[in-house]
Amino acid sequence: MTLTEAPAPPAPAAPPPAARPRRRGRFTPYWLLLPGILWLLVFFALPMVYQASTSVQTGSLEEGYEVTWHVAAYWDALSGYWPQFLRSVAYAAAATTLCLLLGYPLAYLIAFRAGRWRNLIMILVIAPFFTSFLIRTLAWKTILADGGPVVGALNALHVLDVTGWLGWTAGDRVLATPLAVVCGLTYNFLPFMILPLYSSLERIDGRLHEAAGDLYARPVTTFRKVTFPLSMPGVVSGTLLTFIPATGDYVNADLLGSADTRMVGNVIQTQFLRVLDYPTAAALSFVLMAAILVMVTFYIRKSGTEDLV
Amino acid sequence: MAFVNWLKRNLVVIAGLLTLGYLLLPNVVVTVFSFNKPNGRFNYTWQRFSTDAWKDPCGVAGMCDSLALSLQIALWATLGATALGTMIAFALVRYRFRARGAVNSLIFLPMAMPEVVMAASLLTLFLNMGARLGFWTVLIAHIMFCLSFVVIAVKARVMSMDPRLEQAAQDLYAGPFQTFVRVTLPIAAPGIAAGALLAFALSFDDFIITNFNAGSTVTFPMFVWGSAQRGTPVQINVIGTAMFVVAVLFVLVSMAVGNRRKRRVA
Amino acid sequence: MKTTTNATGPGGDVRLAGISKTYGSFTAVHPLDLTVPQGSFFALLGASGCGKTTTLRMIAGLEEPSAGTVHLGDQDVTALPPYKRPVNTVFQSYALFPHLDIFENVAFGLRRRGVKSVKKQVEEMLDLVQLGEQARKKPHQLSGGQQQRVAVARALINHPKVLLLDEPLGALDLKLRRQMQLELKRIQTEVGITFVHVTHDQEEAMTMADTVAVMNGGRVEQLGAPADLYENPRTTFVANFLGTSNLIEAEVGARDGDDLVVKAAGDKLLLPAGRCSAPAGTGGKVLVGVRPEKIGIAHADEAGAVPEGRNRLTGTIAATSFIGVSTQYVVDCEACPGVEVYVQNIDRDPRLVPGADVVLHWNPAHTFGLDAAQDIDAGLAEEEAAR
Repeated sequence: MTLTEAPAPPAPAAPPPAARPRRRGRFTPYWLLLPGILWLLVFFALPMVYQASTSVQTGSLEEGYEVTWHVAAYWDALSGYWPQFLRSVAYAAAATTLCLLLGYPLAYLIAFRAGRWRNLIMILVIAPFFTSFLIRTLAWKTILADGGPVVGALNALHVLDVTGWLGWTAGDRVLATPLAVVCGLTYNFLPFMILPLYSSLERIDGRLHEAAGDLYARPVTTFRKVTFPLSMPGVVSGTLLTFIPATGDYVNADLLGSADTRMVGNVIQTQFLRVLDYPTAAALSFVLMAAILVMVTFYIRKSGTEDLV
Repeated sequence: MAFVNWLKRNLVVIAGLLTLGYLLLPNVVVTVFSFNKPNGRFNYTWQRFSTDAWKDPCGVAGMCDSLALSLQIALWATLGATALGTMIAFALVRYRFRARGAVNSLIFLPMAMPEVVMAASLLTLFLNMGARLGFWTVLIAHIMFCLSFVVIAVKARVMSMDPRLEQAAQDLYAGPFQTFVRVTLPIAAPGIAAGALLAFALSFDDFIITNFNAGSTVTFPMFVWGSAQRGTPVQINVIGTAMFVVAVLFVLVSMAVGNRRKRRVA
Repeated sequence: MKTTTNATGPGGDVRLAGISKTYGSFTAVHPLDLTVPQGSFFALLGASGCGKTTTLRMIAGLEEPSAGTVHLGDQDVTALPPYKRPVNTVFQSYALFPHLDIFENVAFGLRRRGVKSVKKQVEEMLDLVQLGEQARKKPHQLSGGQQQRVAVARALINHPKVLLLDEPLGALDLKLRRQMQLELKRIQTEVGITFVHVTHDQEEAMTMADTVAVMNGGRVEQLGAPADLYENPRTTFVANFLGTSNLIEAEVGARDGDDLVVKAAGDKLLLPAGRCSAPAGTGGKVLVGVRPEKIGIAHADEAGAVPEGRNRLTGTIAATSFIGVSTQYVVDCEACPGVEVYVQNIDRDPRLVPGADVVLHWNPAHTFGLDAAQDIDAGLAEEEAAR
């Protein structure tokens, strides 16, 4: 999130000889920042510290906890729950890819082909936000219901045979399988892909397409050599905005999945709210955070786009 | 051949519309099933048409209370996050100060963090402090995660504002306070409104962070979550449909008003 | 505009004393003394980055000088914030408030000073700039020229002691710019307020201002009436930046009455001593300058027809271009390659084509002399950029 700062003259090095008492507002920025930053420090940064300390504590709920620098919680977390970790990353990656594949045409359509329908389509993309996402996720239970039209159609086309062979679905069911969870994740985070894609596509001068065409590029080549590279900032921030929340999500896995599709979010939630094993839960969440930060940093370096968001 | 060419030219449009369908399908299902009369406790399969739920939207114990609570939390969270976020955005755009990089990171990190991590760590803090979970802990959490989004929205607007406008106000005898009230604030208003709207939507719809930090307090998303285990009343779909319609109407009306104003002055 | 006379009574002078501005190690404006007399139209002319806008902003109070003082009449305003100075600015790209209509934009300053009934004044002012009909429109609904007039009205309605104009016509197209130049000049004469005008456009500065200060690298290179600056540039920067000059390197020879005799690659030229700003000792170097339109051109066969007593150079035409009112020749001479000559199209000599040998001649009184220690090309790049 490097920010484009307006180039401003560097501040005078020393107080000028004729300094007058008109150094207005030297402390103003700090007063403006104080309440909000304090809020983030106390309720965002400090909890991270607490969590890190909790992850190396031992004890029980009844006797209280003590920092013992016991790293067993990390060992438990990784040895006990590595399948959930891998599953989270795999599901999130699949959902992100699907979001990109589904979202790009729609973003492109809004940016270049929608004409006077642009605003309406925009509204239709954003409006579902205003209906509780839990209700909408529950609707997928109906859509993917056993013996429903969707499953019937997939069955008739023998799609389920292929996905079943791949281990994405089980028998005649879609619900309670990895496919259902990925489908739900894709659905939930699709707008987070479309909006950044749209905003970077919309900035592209339409004449560039004409120029590329004029210079003997076929439409596909124009897309590959001009449009797509120029939309890279949108692609990068879109994938991040989808991948990060998808990795930590447990709602879709819980509502649309089964015991075999539990993700790391589900484990953290159960450990924290049901099992009350705080050290393990804290360690899990710490590992998840570290893993995501590492992946995101690597990805941003790799894609060479430092100015996101 | 003509058809193939047509298909080629409009492939992206067809694909985009299919995606749009995918996005809207659940809303259609929610709406249709708000007129269902299910046999069991769960409203997942179509039985027969009925308007019972629409006639008695609050007929489910606790649902409308949770809705009112969610609205209340969203309102306060929006106010808090918008006030704090706007101040930060102004500080970031208008002043140079030390620790700017650190402040930027602190704004960015909550957006780059999975909700479950924030939720869990905040709960750890509250447990350590011995805080009682409920309305206040939820509100604190909501202001925390909405703050960054407000900062981004307001900052974008303030950054695109010509600094000469404020200089012009000063040149025309407006002191610092007058300049802020008469010029800066009105011009930044759309950005602030966008940030506030976003904060409201995020807070109202938040489940994961609320689930960790609400204790026994039940917001509307938590009510829906609970009902997914116990049995989903049709009224949930009524509320979902109503929210969708209100949101679309709100946008359409505000657009129509904007258009009319434009036409009238032109 | 009767109402303005009381506000612009005596004391509308702008006096800058030793004013300077530094940013860290960069000096935007070197210590500068400048007095703009009450009621005059004063232009600060220079390329971008020359310090002219910084100077203007220090008068407005938008920039704090690193040293020195700003006086308006007898009042020291150096320490006053912009909103307490009786000075108003027409900003570059106008800075009209987008959320207020034209009426409210113009009324802004009056309202801030607590004036209750603004309606009559605003309407009068809008009539002065011929925008009475547009009062209830928003700025973005007006054309560039109209926006510019609103910006002027918004500043003038406050009857400032001084009106500052920061590149006020920069965003307009050429035709509109010409029209607005005359318009602004008319308004200035009508209201009698001191105008300080910053521009990079030499033609604009010369058309409008009584006095022009040419700035370069944070200093005033030369100050004077437009015609004086043009005819008697004292530095190569001014000679090149204001219009075009042919500068010829020469060696000072003997003195002949009021004239200096200088030698340029074998040719002898006369230079009035009074128009030579360089130290002109015998044997010293000097740059001899002459404006392209002062030079006559004759085919080599007609050399005998050139009157005695005129400065002469011989050369070969390298290029010609037909402009309409005039024809421009580029002539390579031994003393100076690429001499530019502008000749009005009265009787065109068909023999004057590239390759033709010619004699260039001009009245010695039109020659000026500059210090040869300067960069002969100073101001050329800036002039190019300013176009």
